[in-house]
Amino acid sequence: MDLQIALLLGQDGITNGAIYALLSLALVLVFTVTRVIFIPQGEFVAFGALTLASLQAGKLPGTLWLLIALAIAAAAVDIVCALRDGQAQRIPKVLAVNCALPAALAALLSIVPAASLPLALQVVLTLALVVPLGPLLYRLVFQPIAEASVLVLLIVSVSVHVTLSGLALYFFGAEGSRTPAFTDATFEIGDALIQGQTLLVVCASFTLIAALYFFFERTLWGKALRATAMNRTGARLMGISATSAGKLSFSLAALIGAFSGVLISPITTIYYDSGFLIGLKGFVGAIFGGMASYPLAAAGAILVGLLESYSSFWASAYKEVIVFTLIIPVLVWRSLTTRHTEEEE
Amino acid sequence: MLRSASLPRRRSLLGASISVLAAAFALAFAAPASADITVGVTVSATGPAASLGIPEKNTIALLPPTIAGQKVNYIVLDDASDTTTAVKNARKLVAESKVDLIIGSTTTPNSLAMIDVAAETETPMIAMAAAARIVEPMDDKRFWVFKTAQNDAQMVTAIIENMSSANVHTVAYIGFADAYGEGWWNEFSKIAEVRKIRIVGNERYNRTDTSVTGQVLKVLAAKPDAILIGAAGTPAALPQKSLREKGFKGLIYQSSGVANMDFLRVCGKDCEGTLLPSGPILVAAQLPDTAQNKKMALEYITRYETIHGKGNASTFGGHAWDAGQLLIAAAPAALKKAQPGTREFRRALRDALEGTKNLTVSHGVISMSAQDHLGFDQRARVMVRIHDGAWQLVR
Repeated sequence: MDLQIALLLGQDGITNGAIYALLSLALVLVFTVTRVIFIPQGEFVAFGALTLASLQAGKLPGTLWLLIALAIAAAAVDIVCALRDGQAQRIPKVLAVNCALPAALAALLSIVPAASLPLALQVVLTLALVVPLGPLLYRLVFQPIAEASVLVLLIVSVSVHVTLSGLALYFFGAEGSRTPAFTDATFEIGDALIQGQTLLVVCASFTLIAALYFFFERTLWGKALRATAMNRTGARLMGISATSAGKLSFSLAALIGAFSGVLISPITTIYYDSGFLIGLKGFVGAIFGGMASYPLAAAGAILVGLLESYSSFWASAYKEVIVFTLIIPVLVWRSLTTRHTEEEE
Repeated sequence: MLRSASLPRRRSLLGASISVLAAAFALAFAAPASADITVGVTVSATGPAASLGIPEKNTIALLPPTIAGQKVNYIVLDDASDTTTAVKNARKLVAESKVDLIIGSTTTPNSLAMIDVAAETETPMIAMAAAARIVEPMDDKRFWVFKTAQNDAQMVTAIIENMSSANVHTVAYIGFADAYGEGWWNEFSKIAEVRKIRIVGNERYNRTDTSVTGQVLKVLAAKPDAILIGAAGTPAALPQKSLREKGFKGLIYQSSGVANMDFLRVCGKDCEGTLLPSGPILVAAQLPDTAQNKKMALEYITRYETIHGKGNASTFGGHAWDAGQLLIAAAPAALKKAQPGTREFRRALRDALEGTKNLTVSHGVISMSAQDHLGFDQRARVMVRIHDGAWQLVR
């Protein structure tokens, strides 16, 4: 292995690691706020990438139907709740909140040929289609069982993962898709050739991470999320609704997932089931941070990316084994160094 | 109190009505009208092999509803590319549906695992997977097993002949880290050694990997004349794109598992000039008119594409079609000997399948024998080059 190969591998590892880092942040966020270990995180990556690909192919993405179905279901549930509380006057608002965006998107997609739009607009359209799935899933699946134990939430989360990946197979087919690169530029630094797209992924990831930092440190919503993560009951007493915190964290998770999907789909082929493995690697990163620390999770995810890249050079057949075996020493290290606190169930 | 007392009664009433309904259904559907031929199919319509299994499943729907005046019932199950489910499906088909023939499965591991069920229940089985081990070496169990997909070895020989004629001396291999990649590696390394082609690299990657940079750099460091990629479907495009991106100018060979339109769509211009072996269906229209299977291949493609759209017929669906052709040819002889649904019929069907001689199917011409339950010769494979985003027959 000479220096050039080492550099190329490092570049590759950091690119993948940046995506894993984004996902690990989303996992930590969802877990701290709602105690859900969000297995379907990776599905948003696949949905983001494949929705963009089908928009570009001039097809109507199945994501739209899923969005409409979930929105109608959520509206129905909300209406039943409103009627039960004897507050029928809430119904118009419920309908507007749940169904306005899907209806607008459906109308837009039926009028405008998405394939001929500029790439930036296609990306925005993709995010508009995929991101609302996050809060809708929270409303329908996790909100009714918000007080259940972590184990129950995990099991439900696994079932959501299986459902979503099955739907993705139905919507997008068994074969994968690639989207055209955002930029064809290449840069030469020393011996190494750096693809513009790679640079874009790394920059975009770090920008998003910085934006998240700003969000949590400087905005009221971000602080509300942090407060809920630290102490749910305490936050509630301060007037922070656990439900809106949950919805917000799921929206952010969906945004991060879909955005990651859009970012990597020009570099690699994404399949309906690609998301799971990508999400799992983000999860390994999140374990590094003990499902609580954002910087540690991001660092862990970058490490996973680098380890993956170098092990694919030295022992390609054992790559996954090496990456996932990493969890064991990390867990040992964490259980030895952190004080164990009984979970309040 | 009232509530708790009435609850169990209501439950038992519900239970009773369900069991009555179930019994009614069982009576109505358990015994298909005697004398119908029942064909059980298990394919991998979901999971990793879905891109192969879906066209197979679609093709079963094109098979004739009657053969020699007998009605044929097809029961299609999905095994999700999972070996345990494939075996469970096979058992279910035999035990509950009393099938006369099992067609399936899509992948080699699934088909291998189903052999035991076929042998134990004395039901003939036609596999659509590639590995030669499914029907070789012939023994008491494989006595019941046939297959319609060309052996890996046949495909590998075509590649190696092409390599020799292109003056390739060193080859590196990048393949799936699973049974598919391993199977191709075993056949390729064995035959390459005999033909004096030196193998300078052997790397693996996973179907869902997002990057193969490490593998590609390692392979390129060995400076091979050509590279063989042992992967199926669109995931095979990833190493090819990485190789071109890193400036590899040599020949790239792909396995026969990439022969579908999605691969061309995803790989794009990076696949220009790629060579692969394939069943002749892929380039049916370009076959010389003297090719015995040209008409059958075109007929299959036309029928498939009328329903599923132009350009969607694949070689994999062709294996299912050919399994159907074997049944059509063998069933009349078996019907003369026994009634469908009986042990005698299954045995007669097996004997008739083994006796298939000179049968033209979409992938070639089948002549079976007691030792050869595949029956394809060299006519069942061609070399294809990707040219201008389309398949081109190498003459």
